[in-house]
Amino acid sequence: MIAAVEYWRRHKEGIMQAVFLATACVSILAVALICIFLFGNGIPAIAKIGPLKFLLGTKWKPGNNIYGIFPMILGSIYVTAGAILVGVPIGFLTAVFMAKFCPPGIYRFLKPMVDLLAGIPSVVYGFFGVVVIVPFVREVFGGKGQSILSTSLLLGLMILPTIISVSEAAIRAVPESYYEGSLALGATHERSVFAAMLPAAKSGIMAGVILGVGRAIGETMAVIMVAGNQPRIPDSILEGVRTLTANIVMEMGYATDLHREALIATGVVLFAFILMINLLFSILKARGERS
Amino acid sequence: MEGNINTAAEVKLNGLHGNAQAINHQTWRERLKSYRRTPGSLLLFLLVGLAALVTAAMLIFLVGYILVNGVPYLTPELFSWTYTSDNCSVVPAMINTLLMTLLSLLVAVPLGVLSAVYLVEYAKKGNRLVKVIRVTAETLTGIPSIVYGLFGMLFFVSALKWGYSLLAGACTLSIMILPVILRTTEEALLSVPDSFREGSFGLGAGKLRTVFRIVLPPAVPGILSGIILATGRIVGETAALIYTAGSVAKVPSGVFGSARTLAVHMYNLSNEGLHVNQAYATAVVLLAVVILINLISSRLARRIAGS
Repeated sequence: MIAAVEYWRRHKEGIMQAVFLATACVSILAVALICIFLFGNGIPAIAKIGPLKFLLGTKWKPGNNIYGIFPMILGSIYVTAGAILVGVPIGFLTAVFMAKFCPPGIYRFLKPMVDLLAGIPSVVYGFFGVVVIVPFVREVFGGKGQSILSTSLLLGLMILPTIISVSEAAIRAVPESYYEGSLALGATHERSVFAAMLPAAKSGIMAGVILGVGRAIGETMAVIMVAGNQPRIPDSILEGVRTLTANIVMEMGYATDLHREALIATGVVLFAFILMINLLFSILKARGERS
Repeated sequence: MEGNINTAAEVKLNGLHGNAQAINHQTWRERLKSYRRTPGSLLLFLLVGLAALVTAAMLIFLVGYILVNGVPYLTPELFSWTYTSDNCSVVPAMINTLLMTLLSLLVAVPLGVLSAVYLVEYAKKGNRLVKVIRVTAETLTGIPSIVYGLFGMLFFVSALKWGYSLLAGACTLSIMILPVILRTTEEALLSVPDSFREGSFGLGAGKLRTVFRIVLPPAVPGILSGIILATGRIVGETAALIYTAGSVAKVPSGVFGSARTLAVHMYNLSNEGLHVNQAYATAVVLLAVVILINLISSRLARRIAGS
């Protein structure tokens, strides 16, 4: 016992440094484990089904052992594109307002509101979609209501805070001298902001959009609640659609054998999408910081 | 041109308190006048204002709609001790959420804080390991919660044979919030001035004592803000929990019991579609928790900025 205490006293710096190092490696371990377990379970399934049949197959019929996730890939891309169309213009302009137009009195209210928008759980968004957006789309545009359009509107709302906060930070990072120089040349406030500052903040704003894409493509619960989830390629934006994320949650509860593995493989495809988006994001961020 | 002359005249008029602010300040009338000459600017101004208005209106509508429809159903039955399919009580789910939060934080906070200490205090600049850790932490931030859920199901539930349990859910969530804690702690440690460390070393303290006695205490508010941010994510999480913690609607007897949190409870209620009113009320409870967390975190942020 005394020997142990003595040992600790003499070597505590070294021991604790090793402990710090070990904890720092946990995030590496976590990523490694996630990759091993996902790819380890998903890749064999893809190989068994056949990569082309799996990725480009247009029929998903687990009952008949037909696993094609092309409709889900398209579904994810459609709703994400819709979310970008809805969310980016509003989010971007709101960020400009908050960074360059907003009187401090309004900013004090607007900023916490955007933070709250980011904090609302996705089930609450989904529920709001079910009780407000779906009936609204059904009344105004027709169809069943559970559709690409409803999902895009909801996801557009959900990615607003991401786009706003990243874009706002990017705009604020532009040196004030750009703005002042433009004003001194006789440009209006608006022209100075839009023509002199925004080009300099471009890559930061793009990074915000990419982050929004990542959120939209990965969103699960809210999408399941409003998208309709039919596993087929939709003909119009008023038809239901199933995303990659929804496919996993819908069927994982009762899936077995190859069906289960095919769902995990769906997760692998989603993961691959996300990794690509992350890579793009860090490239853009690095470029924004360099300029 | 006219606008500029006006501004100059006004500065002369306000000469008594004419400072730099007054020179840059435009009155509304001057603005309108300049907009008449540049309709494009007016259009941009209106668009920007409109977008901000839409953002604010959407949030107010969402929160307001749920409050108006949900508050009348916050009945005593909703808060009875045990869940039945009639009363849809949220109390077990609330207790489970609390347990889940505590358990996840218990795992993630020490890991996150100690790794941040390593990154900031111990690692040398340009260390390749540090770069790898940064990249992995960033990757973890971007992974969607359903992928965490899948991983948790494959690893904790199946491979470690924990079954659908509180522990499997908490471990999954702790990996999810690890980068949040890591990043906020790192920022907090970086904002501690180097003179603190130098002073401590100068008085003969070792590295370890300097870290725990001198560097960590002033970083506590920053670490706390990370913890609150993480709490918000745990409370709102659904997709990562459905296939790790399961959805049994009562308080488990141990960490290996299945438990549904408030968000999962809300999802099930809304999905079944039988208890829409109770789902509204549950959404009110969830919103209240989230608003509370946001209030605490903004107050904390203000204190950090003030100090």
